[in-house]
Amino acid sequence: MVAAKRPVLESLRRDHIIELLGKGQRVDGRKLTEQRKLTIETNVIEKANGSARVSLGDTEVICGVKIELGTPFPDTPDKAILIVNAEVLPIASPQHEPGPPDEEVIELSRVVDRGIRESEMIDLSKLVIIPGQKVYAVFIDISVINLDGNLIEACSCAAVTALATAKMKSHELSSSGEFKQLEDIVPLPTNRLPVSITVAKIGESLLVDPSMDEESVMDARLTLTTDDDGNFCAGQKGEPGGFSIDEVFQVSENALASGKEVRELMKKVIEGAKEGKETN
Amino acid sequence: MTNLIDSAGLRNDGRKFNELRPIKLEVGILKNADGSAYIEMGKNKIIAAVYGPKEVHPRHLVRPDRAIVKCRYHMASFSTDTRKNPAPSRRETEISKIIRQSLEPALILEDYPRTAIHIWVEVLQSDGGSRCAGVTAASLALADAGINMRDIVASCAAGKVDGKVVLDLDNIEDMEGETDMPVALMPNIGEVTLFQMDGIVSPAEFKEAFELALSGCQDLYKLQKQALFTKYFGTDKPQVQEGE
Repeated sequence: MVAAKRPVLESLRRDHIIELLGKGQRVDGRKLTEQRKLTIETNVIEKANGSARVSLGDTEVICGVKIELGTPFPDTPDKAILIVNAEVLPIASPQHEPGPPDEEVIELSRVVDRGIRESEMIDLSKLVIIPGQKVYAVFIDISVINLDGNLIEACSCAAVTALATAKMKSHELSSSGEFKQLEDIVPLPTNRLPVSITVAKIGESLLVDPSMDEESVMDARLTLTTDDDGNFCAGQKGEPGGFSIDEVFQVSENALASGKEVRELMKKVIEGAKEGKETN
Repeated sequence: MTNLIDSAGLRNDGRKFNELRPIKLEVGILKNADGSAYIEMGKNKIIAAVYGPKEVHPRHLVRPDRAIVKCRYHMASFSTDTRKNPAPSRRETEISKIIRQSLEPALILEDYPRTAIHIWVEVLQSDGGSRCAGVTAASLALADAGINMRDIVASCAAGKVDGKVVLDLDNIEDMEGETDMPVALMPNIGEVTLFQMDGIVSPAEFKEAFELALSGCQDLYKLQKQALFTKYFGTDKPQVQEGE
């Protein structure tokens, strides 16, 4: 995080966080491996193909998925287009004002993109209509509406849930190869549910799901994305500090354990969405 | 063109000519903001947030005798039927200005010299009349932030659809109807703070549409008061009597 953008945190509070961590405690009373309360709501935007509103503690984000027609990129004529665009709205915190995204938000979009792309949650080759000419373009737009740390997990959770519940118009190709969009609605084909878990390092302590206060004093963070089979599919280390080798293994265990919890909840919500229920 | 008003005089969504869409108002929905409000008006889903009074950036904008107001109306990329390009549009820039100037008359800016008040209007889903819904929500957010105000601002549009003057146009009526006339009103002072119009109307229709829009603003004002009462006194308290 850029220093100037950090919330003003009195040095007393910083000392307090570090002192508590020395005793294995966190400012909000959580255990080191404990996530904040996660709530997922689906179908919040009727005009989107798929949507989700996720709150993780006081962090709140909304994701809308739009599926449109597009021309494939010249270097991947047999792949559909997948674009992730995250935005921290000025309503989200006193530190954010309108303007082009800063490097932190661009990193956020790209880490969320990587988790989805690399897990092969969406088989992009299945969304090709005419190779080299016409493919589906899946736009994942995420708006952060209240900021309290760990945007990577909240945004990727919203994006994955929105994708898993997205619906689109089907199509057919006539014998002469003419493209025709049909009126019947089918689910967007998806395979697995990648979950990105972030662990912050403060001093010698590793904390799962850091809040904004914790992020403002962290030395480093490590995000790992896991899939349903317990494999890792993406990762990102951030901030100037470093992790020891043992710490990296520790984080990988946290990512698997917390990832499993989150995935269970997501599955429940996605199943519920199929039956018309909109939240967990 | 589709028929927007049927033989019984009902509109495409079943409303009468003088009926608002279903409205939901909520005050104080964001933790970080100094004031916030959420409005659903038909399919419109809009969050308004207020930050301030706070320091002014850049400094040369400082006014020694009053606060300055910054406002942005912004649509999420997923708010429209076809994805909206995330780059700011000229339409959004104009609406930001219109919303700011519809709220400024209600604010006692002299109480906050050398500061800035930020009003952010985020359209999560748009369905015609989003600027009016934005003004309605933003004025609640300002009240929620505790900014000194002369009055609340309520806003809604009237217009002409299939030759008939109607209240609170939805997206289809806005696109295919003849005239759209967004209006904002400070109900107690009786001052109109937003007025726009596009499309042709006769002088009689002009008067009819304008008065209809004002009556819609009065209805919204009652809902705004209710929403503030609910936030600050709980739902148990008796709601404000009419004419108070």
